[in-house]
Amino acid sequence: MTRTTLVLANLKRRLRRTILTVLGLATAIFLFVALRTFLHTLQTVGDVGSESRLITSAKLGIVFPLPMAYRTRIESQPGVHTVSYASWFGGVYQDPSNFFANFAVDAESYLALYPEIVLPEDQKQAWMADRTGAIIGRRLAERFGWQIGQTVTLTGTIYPGDHTFNIRGIYHAGKKGFDEISLLFHHRYLDEIARANGMEGLVGWYVMGVSDAEAAPAIAQAIDQAYENSATPTRTQTEQAFNLAFVGMYGNIGFFLNAIGLAVVFAILMVTANTMAMSARERFSDIAVLKTLGFTDGDVMRIVLSEALVVATLGFVLGLGGAFLVFNLADFDMGGFVPGLSVTPSIVAIAAGIALLIAVASGAVPAWQSSKLKVVEALRYVA
Amino acid sequence: MKIPIIYNIRSLIQRPATTLATALGIAFVVLTFIGMLALANGFRAALVSTGRDDNVLVLRKGADTEISSGISREHAAILRSFEEIARLPDGRPMVSSDVYVVVAKPRVNGSETHMPVRGVSPEATAVRDRIRIIEGRMFEPGRPEVIVGKGFVGRMRDTNIGDKLRFGQQDFTVVGHFDADGSAFESEVWGDNETLMNVFRGPVYQSMVLRLADPGAFDRLKARVEGDPRLQVDVERESTFYAEQSALLTNVLRFIAIFVTAIMAFGAVFGAINTMDAMVAARGREIALLRTLGFRRRSIMASFLAEALLVALVGGLIGCLLSLPINGIQTSTTNWQSFGEVTFAFRVTPASLVAGIVFALVMGLIGGLMPAWRAARATVAVGLRRG
Repeated sequence: MTRTTLVLANLKRRLRRTILTVLGLATAIFLFVALRTFLHTLQTVGDVGSESRLITSAKLGIVFPLPMAYRTRIESQPGVHTVSYASWFGGVYQDPSNFFANFAVDAESYLALYPEIVLPEDQKQAWMADRTGAIIGRRLAERFGWQIGQTVTLTGTIYPGDHTFNIRGIYHAGKKGFDEISLLFHHRYLDEIARANGMEGLVGWYVMGVSDAEAAPAIAQAIDQAYENSATPTRTQTEQAFNLAFVGMYGNIGFFLNAIGLAVVFAILMVTANTMAMSARERFSDIAVLKTLGFTDGDVMRIVLSEALVVATLGFVLGLGGAFLVFNLADFDMGGFVPGLSVTPSIVAIAAGIALLIAVASGAVPAWQSSKLKVVEALRYVA
Repeated sequence: MKIPIIYNIRSLIQRPATTLATALGIAFVVLTFIGMLALANGFRAALVSTGRDDNVLVLRKGADTEISSGISREHAAILRSFEEIARLPDGRPMVSSDVYVVVAKPRVNGSETHMPVRGVSPEATAVRDRIRIIEGRMFEPGRPEVIVGKGFVGRMRDTNIGDKLRFGQQDFTVVGHFDADGSAFESEVWGDNETLMNVFRGPVYQSMVLRLADPGAFDRLKARVEGDPRLQVDVERESTFYAEQSALLTNVLRFIAIFVTAIMAFGAVFGAINTMDAMVAARGREIALLRTLGFRRRSIMASFLAEALLVALVGGLIGCLLSLPINGIQTSTTNWQSFGEVTFAFRVTPASLVAGIVFALVMGLIGGLMPAWRAARATVAVGLRRG
């Protein structure tokens, strides 16, 4: 009889307990990986932003608009090859709980600056030709079942009244993690709406493409200096920095999620270690028999430790598999809240480390006890 | 005949490590559950406590937040004249016409967020009467001065008395700190509306708050204002408005709380089943003995179930105890609905403590059911022969 068969036979002997322990571990690993993945994605949202795109917004904050007239000055800035602009629209579809991003863009230049927005050529032409046309992200289309050709009515929160758009295209993200849950429409249509409300001549923010990412800081500085003493000073930063600022707004929520992750691991560690120790204690008489048969202390120790390792490995594989299924395959995006969630190798490595730790922590004490066991005592031992 | 509970207590004390490990497993689940609810409750409480039932908030038609709203001076003048509005002893209507913006400012730790800044009328502290200066003094109308809510003091830069906060091209001196009974106003900077108007968005207010002379007159005022062809505004009770402003984030936080703890509970229940199972297995002889003594199967089942519930109760109580220090910890985040930073304190409520205990007992019940049933079904002869 080999050691492997012994280990397996032991695990099978209390099959229900083995299964429950594996499942307990799997839930811990799953939850840990899920929380880490969620946090990691939030923290790296800046990576989705390009370093060769700069964003100019009002220095007072993103909710303050900039004059449309700034465009000419920004376009003439050396090193800038394309300038586009956009404005938050803030329309509500039927009910505020249906929240999604909808904003107006200068279509031609915006698409030129964002190769990540992948849109079939015929849909692009159709959008350009339609004054009230709009394009929507794939996830948004799926969420509401919207089709090309239909109209969508949004109720304005900034611009009073109902505004209707024709869906002319559905775009995909050309890069993982890029937003696919927005509605984009023509800025000139927004200008018409704004004029009717006495708010014309304003844009939310400017986006510009720079030829040389190295020169971006100098360009940003030059633009901001030009408006430093104007009525509306600007702040220009790379798209990365701009995105990261949004993440920073969450504050220390991330810290709390981390703390929860630790609490989970700790709780499960305790429960699992306890179960495994209990299993080993129950078998002290079996172990004594093994020793009588000629198994050495080392053999016995290895057998008990191997059991813990097998259980931990199974739990790890199951928990990780579940997380992969949810995030990487099922494309779970928390209702569009955080797109592009995926389990990274570093998270897998940490989870593997935790599984190993649980195996060692829960196997070590019983393994040591088993190896030190005196046969005579053990045969007398009553669990 | 019932098996006395002391049997279970003694048997648990006999195995302190096992009992404690299982109880702690449950305790951590309960702790997480209460902690996450405390986060959601704290945030909600801060916002909900902000509005008064007899205050009426006016926004531009369709606007769902103050930042997306705008009310012209002409409309403001019309609104001030409605007779449903309460008056101060000197006859002025209890109305504040507010300028409201959120300004990009750094927290003390350097990360950036948006600081809500509110410009108010001189009557504002009468309408929102829970504002109390706790240090320094009130700002003077017409001067570049502001007072800072105590939620921002020590959390946002340049908020100490004497510091200068720069808005646009103008510096404002911090002259006082105020308390607002833990409401969201404590996460705001207040100044004079006419002065701040010039700095921010020009001659337009964002919102108005009116005090009703008779709290029951809300519907009448709403009908009159919204029916007035000169006005394009929405009217809401201030309390309703702030409850709505908290809905999105509260729901997200509650969703995470339930999602995370539900999964965690599975892990803890698996552990509890295992422990109880092992206890039953280890006590085969005891059970057989109890049966021989004449205890019925259902007494044995009840006894083991009681034991599982006892462990869970201990776990639940430990979890509750561990959660108490969380109460009152200050934190802040951006409320995506108003786009402004909100400081709030974790709130461990009695209701969430009770919920935590119930949750623990449910875990104990599920964990103990199968093992207890198995214990009750054991055959006497087999049990006595074993171990």
